[in-house]
Amino acid sequence: MKYKDYYKTLGVERGASADDIKKAYRKLARKFHPDVSKETGAEEKFKEIGEAYETLKNPDKRAAYDQLGSYRPGQEFRPPPDWEQQFHTHFTSDDIDLADLFAGLASGRHASARSGRGMRVPGENFEMSVQLTLEEAVRGTEVDVNLSALEFDAQGRARRVPHSFKVRIAKGAAHGKRLRVPGRGGKGVNGGRDGDLYLNIQLKPHPLYRPAGHDLYLDLPLAPWEAVLGAVVEVPTLGGPVRLKVPPGSQAGQHLRLGGRGLPKPGGGEGDLYAIVQIAVPSGPSERERELYEELASASEFNPRAQLERETAR
Amino acid sequence: MRIEITEAMWLDERETFSFDELAELSGLAPAELRQLMELDVLAPADLGSAQPAFTADCLAAARAACRLREAFDLDAAGLAVALALLERIAALDAELRSIEAQLPGRRRRGGTPGQHQPPMV
Repeated sequence: MKYKDYYKTLGVERGASADDIKKAYRKLARKFHPDVSKETGAEEKFKEIGEAYETLKNPDKRAAYDQLGSYRPGQEFRPPPDWEQQFHTHFTSDDIDLADLFAGLASGRHASARSGRGMRVPGENFEMSVQLTLEEAVRGTEVDVNLSALEFDAQGRARRVPHSFKVRIAKGAAHGKRLRVPGRGGKGVNGGRDGDLYLNIQLKPHPLYRPAGHDLYLDLPLAPWEAVLGAVVEVPTLGGPVRLKVPPGSQAGQHLRLGGRGLPKPGGGEGDLYAIVQIAVPSGPSERERELYEELASASEFNPRAQLERETAR
Repeated sequence: MRIEITEAMWLDERETFSFDELAELSGLAPAELRQLMELDVLAPADLGSAQPAFTADCLAAARAACRLREAFDLDAAGLAVALALLERIAALDAELRSIEAQLPGRRRRGGTPGQHQPPMV
């Protein structure tokens, strides 16, 4: 088992008062709480400080922790020989960590399970982020899940049990959507319900489409004459290319809606795809093109800055 | 080896949880859940029913309430304020994502380097 220095995690001295420990925890929790912080690694850091506080805030657990001795963080160690008897806990394998050891000590799971008539304790919940491509969101997908859940045997001994399974995510994903996989967390004790797995969907960036909810946005470059005269152009969609009629006089930034070509919604129906008009100009016009543009420039009375001139003339 | 496949359920308005289910799944005590209902933080889908049912998206808010209560020892009034602010941040995040999605590629945050051209003089 690897040693973790809970005092160091919270940034307090070993002799810190309960009040100092609480203050240090709250300060760090405010900084790294996953519902509040967007810092990279905040969730992992929050788990670390939560684990440290869970042990140090409880006088019995803090005493048991102190009895383990002091080691370097990450250093392999074994609890002293009489530690298990002294604190009425028991573990079976080396693959549990300090948090598991104190989780068992905390909930009385070991005693409950041993007696067979203890209080019902629900299994551990798990939460993880899943990154999907837009194509996976459209057709639905399966993701591999590997968990290591804390479980207790009939004698109440704690152990980590690996679980590998696949989760089917039906079509309908959008960024930030959440799913629940019932009963796929840790096992409950004494008839307590099994924990759940929660999935938070994140959509991977796509080279063409930008999602917003179930709608998609796509840049649609048009030649100046296509924007002026109108055109029928081929537009890629996640369901395959479609032909889009661009109305004459289309302006840069204008949204052309392709109904139902966005992401499917879980309850049926689809979002829309919006093609955003961009006017692209040739970077190296040919001699003939230049002549035609010059002819157009001299023939046209169009003034794209008329409004600017009106406003500045006031 | 045969890998088991489990179906995930969307936490949205199509599924509902009873009062007891929401309390059990979120980790909130029934009394805490009742207080949050009284403060309009968690509203049942069928107002006025003797057996309130909550849409499944309430579970995310209820779980957040449980985490915040555990982390900061917040009372129901404190939780109500924190959850309202989190909801507002989530709405603003979604709005920002939508606005960014509507910007042409080269004008978005993290877009093509050199997107901000110096003024011509």
